Amino acid sequence: MSKTNSNMDAITKPLATLGRSVLFFGQILAAIRPDLKLLRATLAQVYFIGARSLVIIMICGFFVGMVLTLQSYVELSKFGATDSVGTVLALSLFRELGPVLTALLFSGRAGTSIAAEIGLMKATEQLSAMELMAIDPVKRVVVPRFIAGVISLPLLSMLFTLLALAGGATYAINIMGIDSGIFWGNMVSSVEFQSDFMMSFWKSLAFGIIASFIAVFSGYFTTPTGDGIGRATTQTVVVSAVVVLIVDFLITVLMTWT
Amino acid sequence: MPDDLIKLTNLSFAWGEKVILKDINLNIPRGSVVAIMGPSGVGKTTVLRLITGQLLPTKGTVEVDGMCVSSMNHKNLYKMRRNIGVLLQNGALFTDLDVFENVAVPVREHTNLPEALIRRLVLIKLQAVGLRGAVDLMPSELSGGMARRVALARASVLDPSLMLYDEPLAGLDPIGASTILRLIRDTNDAMGMTSVVITHSVEDMMELADYAYIIASQSIVGQGTPEQLRENTDPRVVQFLNGEIDGPVPFHYPASDIHQDLLG
Ligand SMILES: Nc1ncnc2c1ncn2[C@@H]1O[C@H](COP(=O)(O)OP(=O)(O)OP(=O)(O)O)[C@@H](O)[C@H]1O
Ligand SMILES: [Mg+2]
Repeated sequence: MSKTNSNMDAITKPLATLGRSVLFFGQILAAIRPDLKLLRATLAQVYFIGARSLVIIMICGFFVGMVLTLQSYVELSKFGATDSVGTVLALSLFRELGPVLTALLFSGRAGTSIAAEIGLMKATEQLSAMELMAIDPVKRVVVPRFIAGVISLPLLSMLFTLLALAGGATYAINIMGIDSGIFWGNMVSSVEFQSDFMMSFWKSLAFGIIASFIAVFSGYFTTPTGDGIGRATTQTVVVSAVVVLIVDFLITVLMTWT
Repeated sequence: MPDDLIKLTNLSFAWGEKVILKDINLNIPRGSVVAIMGPSGVGKTTVLRLITGQLLPTKGTVEVDGMCVSSMNHKNLYKMRRNIGVLLQNGALFTDLDVFENVAVPVREHTNLPEALIRRLVLIKLQAVGLRGAVDLMPSELSGGMARRVALARASVLDPSLMLYDEPLAGLDPIGASTILRLIRDTNDAMGMTSVVITHSVEDMMELADYAYIIASQSIVGQGTPEQLRENTDPRVVQFLNGEIDGPVPFHYPASDIHQDLLG
C-alpha cells in the first residue's frame, strides 16, 4: 500500500506544486496595482537586492571576463586569430554568460535571502498577523520583492557584462598586449544590437521572472519551521538553476531560428 | 435574549482525518467579554481562526455580525477583518519595524491620517500598555511579555468593534497581568466593544469574563457565567476548574500505551 502511495505521490506532488505555482503567479499578477506604497516598497527592495548582490556580481563579472579572454586567446592563437578575442568575449557574454551567470548568482544571493525572509515571516506568524489586520501579504510582502527581482536582474546582468568586458579588456590589452583599437573595434563591429544585445535583455528579463518567482514561492509556501526554511532556501537555488538553464536553451532556440 | 455578534452553529473542524472540533454551538453576545477555556491543544486558537475566516469549518457555519464568514469573498473578508483586532498567541510583531511602526501599521494601511495624529494615536495606545518608553526599540529587543503588550496595542489601535485575545496574559508578571486584565475590561465597556479572551487561567476568567465556554475533547463541556460554572457539577468542568490531575479530561495527547511504547 505504501509503495503505490509513494508512486502516486511522485506524480501528484509535482503536479500539485505546479498547479499551486500557476495559481500563485496569477495571484501575484492580480495584486499588482499602480500605487505609491507599492512603488516605495518595490524601490526599497531594489535597493536591498542591489546592496546584497552588487559586489559579488562585479567581482565575478571581472574574473569571468579575464578567464574567458585567457581561454579563447589560447585557442585562437592556434589559428592566428587572436584579434577576434574581443568578439568571442562579447558574444559569449551577451548571448549566454551574462544573463545565465547573473541569474545563478542572483538566486544564490538575493533569491535565498528573499525566500528565507518570507519563510521566517510565515513561521513567526507575521504573514498571518497581516491577514488578520486586513493587509494582504501577497500584495505587501510578495509583490514588491517579486517586481524588484524582475527589475534588478536585467540591471545586474548588464553590470556583470560590463565588468566582464572590462576584465577581458584589461587582460587582453594590458597583459597579452593586443592592440586596444583592434580589440574594441572587432568587438563593436561584430556585436549586433538586435540579435545579441536584445537576446541578453530578453533572457535576463525571463530569468528575473523565474528566479524571483521561485524565491517568493519557496518562501511563501515553506513549512513554517527552521528546517522548512532551510529547505526553502536550498530549493530556491536548485530549482532556479535548473529552470533557468532549461529556459535559456528554449529562448536560444527560439531566437536563433526565427 | 441578547443580540449575538458571533455565532458558531453546529460547527465541526478537522485537520485531514484528525477531528479537532465536533458540533460546536457557541454564541458571543454583543458588548460582552467572553472567555474560551480548555486544555492545551484542544482547539482554542482554531476557534479564533475560524471566527476570522483564516480556517474554514468542515461542517456548520460561522457568523459574524449576521454574515456568514465561510462564504465571504476575499474582499468582504478583508472588510470584516478591519473591524476585528486580534492578539495572536506569540504577538507576531513585524521584526523589520520598530515598536512605533509596528503599532502604526494598521493606521497607515487603513486611514489617511496625518503623521502628527498617527503619532498621538500610537503613543496613547503604547501608554495604555505601559510601553510608551519603548517606542524606539526593535522587536528583538523586547521581552516576551513586552512584545505581547506591543501586539496588544497594535491590535487595538484602530478601536475595532471586536477584539480577539489569544492568551493575553501568558508570560506577564502579576502587575502586568492585572493591568492588561483591567485594560481589556475597560476598553470593552468604554468603547462598546465585544471581546473574546482565550485563556488557561481559571482565576483570570473568573475575574474578567461575563460568560465562559470550556472546550474539552472536541466539544463544549461547560458554559455559563463564572458563578454558574462554579456551581457546575459536570466532572469535566470540575476537574478543569480545580486543575485536578485525575478525571475525565486527559492531559496527554492521544497516544498508544506507554508500557508498550517504552518497553517495545
Ligand atoms: N497545521 C496543522 N496541521 C495539523 N494539525 C494541526 C495544525 N495546526 C494545529 N493542529 C492541531 O490542532 C489542534 C488544536 O490546535 P490549537 O492551536 O487550536 O490548540 P489550542 O487550544 O490553541 O492550544 P494551546 O492552548 O496550547 O495554544 C492541536 O491538537 C494541533 O495538533
Ligand atoms: Mg492556542
